[in-house]
Amino acid sequence: MVTTSVSREQVLEWLSEVPDPEIPVLTIADLGIVRDVTVDKTIVVDVTPTYSGCPATEVIEQSVVDTLHAHGIENVEIRRVLSPPWTTDWITEDGRNKLREYGIAPPAAGGTKRELLHGKRAIACPRCASQNTQVVSEFGSTACKASYQCSDCLEPFEYFKCI
Amino acid sequence: MNTGKGSVRAAAGPGKGAGRAAVGASSSPEKSAGQTAVGTASSRDRALLAYTTRLGDNALILAQRMIELVAGYPELEEELANANFALDYIGQARMFYSYAGELEGKGRSEDDFAFLRDENEFHNFLLIEQPSGHFGDSIAKLVLFDSFYLLLLEALTRCSDERIAEIAARAEKEIRYHLRHNTQWLVRLGDGTEASHARVQESIDTLWQYTGELFAADEIDQLFTECFDGPVLGAIQEQWQTHVKAILDEATLTLPGDGWMASGGKQGRHSEHLGYMIAEMQYLQRTHPGASW
Repeated sequence: MVTTSVSREQVLEWLSEVPDPEIPVLTIADLGIVRDVTVDKTIVVDVTPTYSGCPATEVIEQSVVDTLHAHGIENVEIRRVLSPPWTTDWITEDGRNKLREYGIAPPAAGGTKRELLHGKRAIACPRCASQNTQVVSEFGSTACKASYQCSDCLEPFEYFKCI
Repeated sequence: MNTGKGSVRAAAGPGKGAGRAAVGASSSPEKSAGQTAVGTASSRDRALLAYTTRLGDNALILAQRMIELVAGYPELEEELANANFALDYIGQARMFYSYAGELEGKGRSEDDFAFLRDENEFHNFLLIEQPSGHFGDSIAKLVLFDSFYLLLLEALTRCSDERIAEIAARAEKEIRYHLRHNTQWLVRLGDGTEASHARVQESIDTLWQYTGELFAADEIDQLFTECFDGPVLGAIQEQWQTHVKAILDEATLTLPGDGWMASGGKQGRHSEHLGYMIAEMQYLQRTHPGASW
């Protein structure tokens, strides 16, 4: 086996190219889903689910295994880590920019604070940057997104919910 | 808000509850036989397994009720909300059942817990197995239950069982979001038209009899509270009452008075509705044992 000659950094770099199945413009590294990598006889990858019922969890885990297999790594173990729970704050700055360019408003920062969930917060339109926007539906095409509409440019857009 | 560290012991006290025989129904008989002292290693294990399984049961049965409504909602956005919420509960059920399988140590998977147990082995609350009824019934049920579940999860994040605390921390964020959404609907229905007000008031009045069970601590609850620094149901009940009253006030609805409360779900004694639901839920696995795809 060649696994022992691989560095942790190398594995992380490979994994940084794995796309998220539901928002393919983002990688799982952008989302902050990969918690840690331990390189030993087996490569152990710690991943965290975004939502309890996220249907993408298994697909993501399989993609991680497939990616490492493609690089010649045979022994891969996926460890699901729950604590601390994932929050949208873990989405990287790079990831937020990619989301915006893709037409999805990135989550407001500080998502762990309760008042943000209950208070009203202006969500900027990813197209014209106007803050004059309104909720169309708390739920969108996937569990992690809400539907919004810009009241200025009238474009509907999705907002990555802040949790 | 933070009542009751002091009341933990009082509430949990050496259990002389009459429920001992009935309560342990889902755990293995050999384990409960001969155990008398509360807090021994084996009663501690038994309580943890039973408690974890119940948490899974509540999440799964509620999810299944909501899944029945998929493709039947009056409008698209609520259709999506309902399906997304159900998905969260299923995710939570999977985490609780996986853990229960590990605790039990007999190689049962999350699917075995969901699909290969009989009605009386499910220890969910009667409240959530009630038929979904009309939209107002569903919303009323979700607000009543999630107001409780959120407080329970908050308390569970502080319990001494690490895994339960982790799952609760994950789930708490989701339920907070559900509750906010469904509360807005309850207010809109209650403070809406004369017809919507009357119908949703009836929903609340009908479901109210099933809320007592949420707070009626039995032996498993007491053991879990004592052994794992778990939730104190008396304290949660006070907070729940205050919270629900505030919502109903805003919705111009009336809080039902004290009355007779149904019980038994936690011990596996269910209303007739659950059997039909489980029969449908387990149809494939029962008809084609070992089927996979």
